[in-house]
Amino acid sequence: MKTLEEAKQAVIDDFSMYDEWLDKYEYLIELGKNLEPFPEASKTDDNLIKGCQSRVWLDYKVENGRIYFSADSDAIITKGIISLLIGVYSGRTPQEIAHDDFGFINEIGLKENLSPTRANGLVSMIDTIKAVALENCK
Amino acid sequence: MKFEILLKMNVEDIRALFPALSQKVYGKPLVYFDNAATAQRPQSVIDAWERLVKGPNANIHRAVHHLAVEATDEYESTRDEVQKFINAGSREEVIFTSGTTASINLVAFSFGETYIHEGDEIIVSESEHHSNIVPWQMLCQRKKAVLKVIPVDEDGYLKLDEFRNMFTARTKLVAVTQISNVLGLINPIKEIVNICHSNNCPILTDGAQGIVHEGIDVQDIDCDFYAFSGHKIYAASGTGVLYGKKRWLEEMLPWQGGGEMIDHVRFSGTTYASLPEKFEAGTQNINATPTLKPAIEMARMMKDKDVQAYQNSVRDYLLHELTADGRIQLFGVPHGTDEKISLFSFAVQGAHHEDLALILDKMGIATRSGQMCAEPIMDRYGVTGMLRISLAPYNTMEEAEYFIKSLNKAISMLV
Repeated sequence: MKTLEEAKQAVIDDFSMYDEWLDKYEYLIELGKNLEPFPEASKTDDNLIKGCQSRVWLDYKVENGRIYFSADSDAIITKGIISLLIGVYSGRTPQEIAHDDFGFINEIGLKENLSPTRANGLVSMIDTIKAVALENCK
Repeated sequence: MKFEILLKMNVEDIRALFPALSQKVYGKPLVYFDNAATAQRPQSVIDAWERLVKGPNANIHRAVHHLAVEATDEYESTRDEVQKFINAGSREEVIFTSGTTASINLVAFSFGETYIHEGDEIIVSESEHHSNIVPWQMLCQRKKAVLKVIPVDEDGYLKLDEFRNMFTARTKLVAVTQISNVLGLINPIKEIVNICHSNNCPILTDGAQGIVHEGIDVQDIDCDFYAFSGHKIYAASGTGVLYGKKRWLEEMLPWQGGGEMIDHVRFSGTTYASLPEKFEAGTQNINATPTLKPAIEMARMMKDKDVQAYQNSVRDYLLHELTADGRIQLFGVPHGTDEKISLFSFAVQGAHHEDLALILDKMGIATRSGQMCAEPIMDRYGVTGMLRISLAPYNTMEEAEYFIKSLNKAISMLV
């Protein structure tokens, strides 16, 4: 398994392959389509991330001290974004996630290229992942 | 710009009057298809705004100095223009507000305080904008009144037969839109007014979309109240109008207190100004409201026969393309093309409205996705949102064709 830094760099490298934002969206759509199926039973209000325009659900389990995330969204680009995030952060220890600054999101310019409502959604996704990590640091 | 000149104008000439239309987004020419949310401003409105700020900028009605007199003239002559534009019976029936929402809230409060009692009923329709639902819900909560809802059929038409049977002796007001901001269907507002009046019930018409596409003759339609926003007919934002029949406005209690809405103020009791000042408390939008004058001139131009014919051909093309595509579900299906404006809300099988809007945006096309401030009509059709395009007379056939091509590309990326 890649280290957290390697995983982040891989995303930055993938994104830099495309000049056009339309192509970057295509990449996110692919990520979204390839995300593992999310059980209908987990689409609860508790798992719903607040602050997103489309619906995004995030669930997790802790095994051997590592957090494994699963997620879904009814909008595919949003699903691609959450897929990108959990691809990087799933399987990490709570401490690793809690201490990370999530700065690579700025490096790929994702936040700037989303509408304000979507950018808020992205911030909400990051906050939720952080909150889960902090919860499990205790 | 005089009306006669426009007769020789084509759509490119009209576009040239709107500076914002020539900009590029992401290096692509902007295709602005979100006119139902707000229209772009013509140079004449921008010039008027600048002139008003640089020149006659003073508070109106009060001071005797030169600028104040000029500013008051600008403001009050705008009232005359609006009166002519909607054919109100008198200038006192034209109240300036900050927009449609404020106009409706004014009626909901003032009419409500004056006439609505526990157990009374107010009727709205299922296809209303939240601005024509929530103020009535708030009133009903305050007064323990009852809100009733006219349903729409599968195509989006109001079920008028059911509406006719909804009236009781307790029905005190009906509030229905001229054109739904989601369905784009032109409601038979004159017939609706007749139904209301035959039941001795007044009606408020939400003209936010209607003022743009249909225009209004309030005396001919005979509605009791008519609300619209300036920014949708090319004026500065934060401008709006409430038309109300004098018989109601005179009896209705004021909405807000302070400023010029008073006659005399004593601690033993205050008396109120006469119309229209009674409903214009506080400093008005003195720099922006007079932009309604050039805006109205523009709105009149847009109703020119040739301009309308061109716009209708663009509408018919889009209607044809969107109904011919089996993947697309159009909401607000007209029984005759002239019953719909150039506004299309739809869902695409397997593609989320937000994804479509995001991809189209990167292609330079401004659309609207989501619930469009009308959640009840979303629930009616069982969807979480829709994609909407809404055109203005400055939009071209080429833009419409580019949109259809881009929509197909976006769908192929998503599905």
